[in-house]
Amino acid sequence: MPSTIAEKILAAHTPGRGNVRPGELIEADLDFVFANDITAPLAIAAFREIGAKEVFDPERVALIPDHFVPNKDIQSAAQAQIMRRFAMEMGIANYFEVGRGGVEHALLPELGLVLPGDLIIGADSHTCTYGALGAFAAGVGSTDLGAAMATGKAWFKVPPSIKFVFSGKRRPWVGGKDLILYTIGQIGVDGARYKAMEFTGPVIEALPMDDRFTISNMAVEAGAKTGIIPPDEITSAYVESRAKRDYQFYHSDPDAQYEAIYDWDISGLEPQVACPHSPENVKPVGELGDIRIDQAVIGSCTNGRIEDLRVAARVLKGRKAAPQVRLIILPATQAIYQQALHEGLIEIFLDAEAVVSTPTCGPCLGGHMGILAQGERAISTTNRNFVGRMGHPESEVYLASPAVAAASAVLGRIGHPDEL
Amino acid sequence: MKFRGKAWKFGDDVDTDAIIPARYLNTSDPEELARYCMEDADPQFVQKISKGDFIVGGKNFGCGSSREHAPIAIKHAGISAVIAGSFARIFYRNAFNTGLPILECEAAVAGIDTGDELEVDLDTGTIINLTKSETYQAEPIPEFMQTLLRAGGLIPYVKQKLSQETQP
Ligand code: SF4
Repeated sequence: MPSTIAEKILAAHTPGRGNVRPGELIEADLDFVFANDITAPLAIAAFREIGAKEVFDPERVALIPDHFVPNKDIQSAAQAQIMRRFAMEMGIANYFEVGRGGVEHALLPELGLVLPGDLIIGADSHTCTYGALGAFAAGVGSTDLGAAMATGKAWFKVPPSIKFVFSGKRRPWVGGKDLILYTIGQIGVDGARYKAMEFTGPVIEALPMDDRFTISNMAVEAGAKTGIIPPDEITSAYVESRAKRDYQFYHSDPDAQYEAIYDWDISGLEPQVACPHSPENVKPVGELGDIRIDQAVIGSCTNGRIEDLRVAARVLKGRKAAPQVRLIILPATQAIYQQALHEGLIEIFLDAEAVVSTPTCGPCLGGHMGILAQGERAISTTNRNFVGRMGHPESEVYLASPAVAAASAVLGRIGHPDEL
Repeated sequence: MKFRGKAWKFGDDVDTDAIIPARYLNTSDPEELARYCMEDADPQFVQKISKGDFIVGGKNFGCGSSREHAPIAIKHAGISAVIAGSFARIFYRNAFNTGLPILECEAAVAGIDTGDELEVDLDTGTIINLTKSETYQAEPIPEFMQTLLRAGGLIPYVKQKLSQETQP
């Protein structure tokens, strides 16, 4: 039976099933599960309530403090402590203390813990990021995760798939962030609700892994369950040296069924910006007019990887942030931070008068390390610009690529790198 | 199960940051979370509502983060059920898992205004608008979700299954 990559991965993880159809409910075996310092305490409570004594496989569970770390207050320290103690009690080696880890969705692929062909759930909505590896990865809540830590299984409704085919030639400064913002702008924040998105076409095939992660990361902003990119040589090159267990490449059959297929030639596409207060409120950067900013943030699970920092450095080299702009750069993991240091990127940032932070989610969710006051405005490479996301309910967040965020920091208003 | 109370209406795409802003996520205490329910959508919300009231949202209610703190905050603020045109998928799962009743019904969303007195029968999915003398029928709760509800939620369901597996 012809199947999509999403259907094939789900079928392969459902005992006794050769194939699955959209709409079916299945109970599937999981390859990997994880939670963070916000979601783990509730998941641990659910786990205890079940009466489970041990996790299904300590090698396949990860606990990552990243949202409010290094802990910003006593309460968040207490939350992180619950998780730390649980990790020790259960013998979970994949616990990544401050200084050894980073933002979960950058960290897990970097360490080869999530792999192509995997079925993964995480108690975080951006778990869909690993779709970039050719995995089926979906965010769930804490209770689902607590049950999964005990059983290694989860229930899924098999989603219908939507295919996005990108062709044409990318213009300078146009990357993964612009492609996904454009997509969300076209289909809306519920355009792929309950569905699997599949990103294909010559433009995607030529994209480096870091841009692919950015695309899959924001599938949830269109309401999707997961956002998959077919694995290829670029995927191989990324996972080969990192993988600590076997993995498998799945591909959609040519005659697989899609609920919709979008074919876009992106040759004319300009860098995109999502305006307040929705990721679907997308415009080309050139159409924004004079939008002054108080803060620019470069980082997060969307755009805090090494390629993102390289792009930002290319824009910032020999330049300075505008006097009224606070430029905050957060490498997503410790390894990315180190790499950036070796490549001289951190020096470029410091010369540009940026503050470079330890890996943390921080301002992305309005946690710490750069909260906005009433009436303030930020440009950010993160993934959500909901009301109050980065601070005061009357502050504003514009979402863009590292190139546009860096250029805007220098200009003091939202703008294109070519304006510099 | 039947509930009666007032409707509080919100628009489309109510996100989890509006339901419970991240600045309050340094705790998972339900009563603490409930104090800030819907704060960024309506700062007075918690003061205005009475126990048993309903939240009515448009399409894609609960989009955004996977935080289970969102349905927990709504439930512990005293809201008896959320009625919406559609729900974001993680919120939908979380609501069942945490025992917050939710109903999908576009007709109800179109007909109901803030302040309308509602009577909701969860078993049948019937929503009666006492103020406007209208009745709406919600989408039936899917089979598997009913199994979960009958078991009392995901945790008791998994508990049952595990104890069956370990029996000799
Ligand atoms: S960086 Fe932002 S979106 Fe990503 S996991 Fe952290 S809080 Fe969530």
